[in-house]
Amino acid sequence: MKLLVPVKRVVDYNVKVRVKSDGSGVETNGVKMSMNPFDEIAVEEAIRLKEKGIATEIIALSAGVAACQETIRTALAMGADRGILVETDVGLEPLAVAKILKAVVEKESIDLVILGKQAIDDDMNATGQMLAALLGWPQATFASAITIADGTATVTREVDGGLETIALKLPAIITADLRLNEPRYASLPNIMKARKKTIDTIKPADLGVDPAPRLTTIKVSEPPTRKAGIKVADVAALIDKLRNEAKVIS
Amino acid sequence: MTSLVLLDYDATGIKQPSRSAVAAAAKLGEVHGLIAGENVAATGEAAAKIAGVTKVLVADGPAYAHALAEPLAALIVSLAGDYSHVLAAATAVGKNVMPRVAALLDSQPISDISDVIDADTFVRPIYAGNALATVKSSDAKKFITVRAASFDAVPAEGGSASIESVTAAPADEKSKYISSELSKSERPELTAAKIIVSGGRGMQNGENFTKLLDPVADKLGAAVGASRAAVDAGYVPNDYQVGQTGKIVAPELYIAIGISGAIQHLAGMKDSKVIVAINKDEDAPIFQVADYGLVGDLFAILPELDKAL
Repeated sequence: MKLLVPVKRVVDYNVKVRVKSDGSGVETNGVKMSMNPFDEIAVEEAIRLKEKGIATEIIALSAGVAACQETIRTALAMGADRGILVETDVGLEPLAVAKILKAVVEKESIDLVILGKQAIDDDMNATGQMLAALLGWPQATFASAITIADGTATVTREVDGGLETIALKLPAIITADLRLNEPRYASLPNIMKARKKTIDTIKPADLGVDPAPRLTTIKVSEPPTRKAGIKVADVAALIDKLRNEAKVIS
Repeated sequence: MTSLVLLDYDATGIKQPSRSAVAAAAKLGEVHGLIAGENVAATGEAAAKIAGVTKVLVADGPAYAHALAEPLAALIVSLAGDYSHVLAAATAVGKNVMPRVAALLDSQPISDISDVIDADTFVRPIYAGNALATVKSSDAKKFITVRAASFDAVPAEGGSASIESVTAAPADEKSKYISSELSKSERPELTAAKIIVSGGRGMQNGENFTKLLDPVADKLGAAVGASRAAVDAGYVPNDYQVGQTGKIVAPELYIAIGISGAIQHLAGMKDSKVIVAINKDEDAPIFQVADYGLVGDLFAILPELDKAL
């Protein structure tokens, strides 16, 4: 079974993002970039499926600027077999990414795509669902456990009130939630080995995809900040404030 | 211009986040609601009472019993022709199905909006709420999920919509519901609660949640939440989690107990109307967003609170 794992290059999750003063976006110059954390979980899950003998090949794909090579290289060092970079300077939206992925899935005869449930930059939470729609495949989003047997993926999903388990006929799309696994660190020998793995570079046009965005960002602004309030001396003072000043308890 | 809102429900009626989605849709014009499920006639009638909804479409059939994305998306696609906007609350159901619908109609969805500027322009948090993006869509039809905490829910009563049944499609063979394990609780749901009492790593174990925090929550009629640190440490299940990777909440009163205030947690609760922080570390970042801070040992403070309430 052939797996595709898309990986996105995003501002590292430990970086405190700053809105640019002209309101055009957030500062990414000189900022540490990393693989989207949910995509790391997706890569890890794919590798575990290969270790179990279920997956035969894992392709890591990134779409975006040339530097996305580094993100693919990280996936290769973790254990993916080869990479595809779909290079473009256009800011890609989930719809365009889903179209790119659909073309690659068809070209490479992929059986299962595991994606991160959302990217921590645009927080769209959409690409997996959109890819499933375009391919006409079933989807299991927010996965916290995956079992694959007899052409079926049984997936436990994180839903609002707890967990839900569904079964999908393969081929299928799964998006990874936080508790699916803990991604491994790449070992030094594997980082060295990853340098020899191939990354093919193509353009969206090679796949027949028009990546033009549908959304225009009018402005990006700082959220309103909350001011620190007061410190109270004890429980009695706290209850008094909540009852008589804030009036939020009776 | 008319919008269709996918309404999420349980045995007690239409869920509050969906009524917030109706509030967002009302800013765009007329609002119709959609109820999809199995044996949902009574739910359709409850939906018809939602203030501001003028028509409720009811799709009743086994294919919709568990809100699987494939049949639900196909249903919404079949209905979308009449509408300029299709919305859902950004709940597990809405987030799962809405992008699928959008892709089937070649539209870029607009996720998790926190404000409506005009028919094409919306505000949405990005980078876990550390920035707000105002985006304008060029797609003819808009598919939107709504951050419930950002819109005051319309009342559950007061409307008198007409009810129309729509043809239910057969189930999709490709996906099948197996089972659910839902947390059972007498307390209100986190996203609908007026008061939330949350515990962090400072609680030290799950037993302390039950012994010390739950009684205070029950006196206040509050929901119980937790930080990701407390969830990761195994004190409470994941559906307690408030934050960037958990639930986004905005209750009237949020009491953070033994929570330091990591950015990821603040992203999930900083829109609460009143925030109380109880922590032994007076430099904890949670105090920077708290209206009332109490520095001290939670193991002494919680029993005192329980007694005083």
